[in-house]
Amino acid sequence: MARIDLNDDGAVVIIGSGAGGGTLAHELTRRGIQVVLLEAGKRQSMASFSQVPGEAFQQLTWLDTRTQSGNWGTARDFPGLPAWHCKTVGGTTVHWTASTPRLEPWELRAKSTYGHVPGTSLIDWPISYPELKNYYLLAERRLGVTRRNGMPGLPASNNFKVMHAGAKKLGYKRVHTGHMAINSRSHDGRGFCIQQGFCVQGCKMGAKWSTLYTEIPSAEATGKLDLRIECRAMRIEHGNNGRVNAVVYRDSQGQEQRQKARLVCVAGNGIETPRLLLLSESAKFPQGLANSSDQVGRNYCHQIVGYIWGIFEKPVYSWRGATVAGVVEDEVLNDPQRGFVGGYRIELVALDLPTMPQVGLPYGWGRDFASIMEEYRNIAGLLINGEDMPRSENRITLNPKVKDAFGLPAANVHVDEHPNDQALRKHAQGQMSKMYQALGAKRTFPGPSLPATHNTCTARMSADPRDGVTNGWGQTHDIPNLFISDGSMMSTPGSANPTLTIVALVLRQAEYIGRQMAAGKI
Amino acid sequence: MDQSITLHRREFLKTTTGLLTGLVAAGSSLALLAPGRAWAVDLTALSSAEAATLMIVARTIIPHDKLDDAAYALVIQAVDADASNDEKTRQMIQEGIAGLGAGFVGSAESERVEALKKMEASGFFQTMRRKTLQVLYANPIAYAYFGYEGEAFSKGGYLFRGFNDLRWLPEVPLADSGPLPV
Repeated sequence: MARIDLNDDGAVVIIGSGAGGGTLAHELTRRGIQVVLLEAGKRQSMASFSQVPGEAFQQLTWLDTRTQSGNWGTARDFPGLPAWHCKTVGGTTVHWTASTPRLEPWELRAKSTYGHVPGTSLIDWPISYPELKNYYLLAERRLGVTRRNGMPGLPASNNFKVMHAGAKKLGYKRVHTGHMAINSRSHDGRGFCIQQGFCVQGCKMGAKWSTLYTEIPSAEATGKLDLRIECRAMRIEHGNNGRVNAVVYRDSQGQEQRQKARLVCVAGNGIETPRLLLLSESAKFPQGLANSSDQVGRNYCHQIVGYIWGIFEKPVYSWRGATVAGVVEDEVLNDPQRGFVGGYRIELVALDLPTMPQVGLPYGWGRDFASIMEEYRNIAGLLINGEDMPRSENRITLNPKVKDAFGLPAANVHVDEHPNDQALRKHAQGQMSKMYQALGAKRTFPGPSLPATHNTCTARMSADPRDGVTNGWGQTHDIPNLFISDGSMMSTPGSANPTLTIVALVLRQAEYIGRQMAAGKI
Repeated sequence: MDQSITLHRREFLKTTTGLLTGLVAAGSSLALLAPGRAWAVDLTALSSAEAATLMIVARTIIPHDKLDDAAYALVIQAVDADASNDEKTRQMIQEGIAGLGAGFVGSAESERVEALKKMEASGFFQTMRRKTLQVLYANPIAYAYFGYEGEAFSKGGYLFRGFNDLRWLPEVPLADSGPLPV
C-alpha cells in the first residue's frame, strides 16, 4: 500500500469508500493516479461480520447524531435514525441487499416526461441514456449482475415463490429473481450465494459484491492507494484561486491532520456529502463549497420504501435465502392514469426475527401485535421501491443547536412528502396487498416507512448551473477540481435501487478525471 | 440452586438488589435448550418486587402466553442494567412502577391494558415497550419458540436446508428463477 505524505499535493483525495468512493479509488489507481482514501469507519472482513443482528447493526451502521423534521413517517417512527447506511470500509455496499436494476431511459428525462408537477424541483439529467448505458454494461460486468452477461438468475426462494404466484394472479408479466450483484455461481474469485439470508449483516461468503473485498483490494494491489481508516473528514479547504487544495480530517487517534490534494472527490453518501460541503464554508464561499446555486443539500430524495406483509396458512420461512432476490417490474412505467407520475418496483424482502418487530411492523403493542409475531413462520414480505419527487425544501442542513461527537453541527434531514409520493405508496401498497390476497392470505398489513438507505440528489448534476451542483461528470460547477462521486450527484432518483447507477456514473467519471488530469486541466 | 441457569453473568462487584427466579415449563421451547429446571436473574438496581411487576408489564405489552417467563426475564434484566448504569433511568423506572399502583399486578389483562394505555406517552412506557421489542425476540429462547433458525453461514447457508422447500404453491419456471449453483 502507498504511503502518501500529508504535504504531497499531487494525490487525489477521495472521501468515503462505498459504491462510489471505493470504485473510484480502484479506477483512478489502476490508471496510475495516487489516491488517499479517507474512511470514517473501521475495516471489517467476511470473518469479522457479526451474525448477531443487533451487533451487526452496531458494527456497520452510521450512528452519529442526526436530527430530522418534516411530515414523513420516518421522523415519527425512527426519530434518531433518519437514514440507515454504513460507516465502515466498503460503506453501504457492506450491508446492501444488492438489487441492481438500471434506470429507464425516460427516468433520466423526468421533467420532460412528467411535465410540470407543482411543488417539485424536477429536472432532466444532463446525460442521455445511451451515454449512461455504455457504463451500465461495464458496471454489470464488474459487479457480476445476474441475468446479464450469461450470469444466471438466483434460484427462487420460498418467499419468492409466494411473490411470483401472487404477481401472476394479478397478471404481472415481468416477475423474476431480480438483477442482483450476488454471484449465482463463482465469479471474480468469489464464491456463490448459499442463501444465508444475512445480506444486511455483511455477506460472509463474499458472494454479494462489496467494494470492501473487490474494488478496494484491487486498488491496494496497484500500490497507488493510501487507505486511511477511522479518519473523519472535517472540512475541505481551498486556495486563493478558488480551487480546493486540502482535506482536514481527524485520524483514528482523534488528531487533526491536513492532507494536501490535487483533486477532491466527495463520496460520503447523500447526507454526509452535502454536510461536508456546507461545513467547508469560508470567506470566499460563505454558503459552503460549490454552493453558489444554493442547491447543496436541497432536492433530497430517498425513494418511497415500505413493506407489505402477508400472513398465510402455511409456513414461508421467509428468512431463508437472499433477502431481496425477487422483483415485479410491471409498475416501472409512467402512467398518470394511476394517479401519480413515476414508477415503482415491487421487491422481495424478509427480516430476521430480532429486526422484524423493531423496524418491520407499525407502531403497536398488545394482543394484536403479539398475534402477528406468533405467525412469524408464515409471513411473506414485499417492499416498495418507488420514485419520490425532488423538492427544494426537502434538504440536508446543518443543525445549529445539535453537535456531533466532533463538535460539528449535526445534519438535519427534512422531508415533507409530496402528494405524488403518497399516491404512489398507496397504489403500491394496494397492488402488493392484492397479490397476497389473491393467494388467500389470512391477513395483509403495511409496515412503517424505513430509515432511508437510498439517499440521493443532494448535490445533483444539472445542465444549468442554477439548478444543481455539478455538471454531467459530477464535477462541481463552481470548483473544477472538486467532484461529487456518490448518489448525491444523481439528478433524480428514478425507481431503480441506486447502486448500479452510482457505479456506472463513477466509472464514467474516472475516465473523465483521468483525461482531464493527463491534459493538465485539473 | 446448582441446577438453576444463571441467564447472564453479571459483574460480581455490584451489590445485588433483588432476584428474579422462575421454573422452566415442561415441554416449552426453553426446556429443549436448558440444562436445568429453574432459572435466576440477579438484579443490581431494582428490587425483586419491582422486577416482578415489570414482568407483568412486559407480558402485557407483548403477550406471548406460551413463551417462557425466562425470555421476559431477559427483558427485565436489560432494564435493570440500564437502571443500574443511569440514575435518571432508575428513577424513571421506579416512579413508573409506583405509578402503576398496588392493584396492577393482580388485575385482569383488560385492566392492565387500560392502565398502560393511559401512560402510553410516558418515558416509562416507551422504555418498556422499546426494551421488550429489542430483547424479547433476540435470544435463543425466542428463536426456538418462533421457529427462527438464525444465522446459517456456519451450517452452509439455507441452500440445502430448505430455502426453496415450499410446496403449497406452483414451482417457479426456470426463466423467472435460476439453477442451483454447482
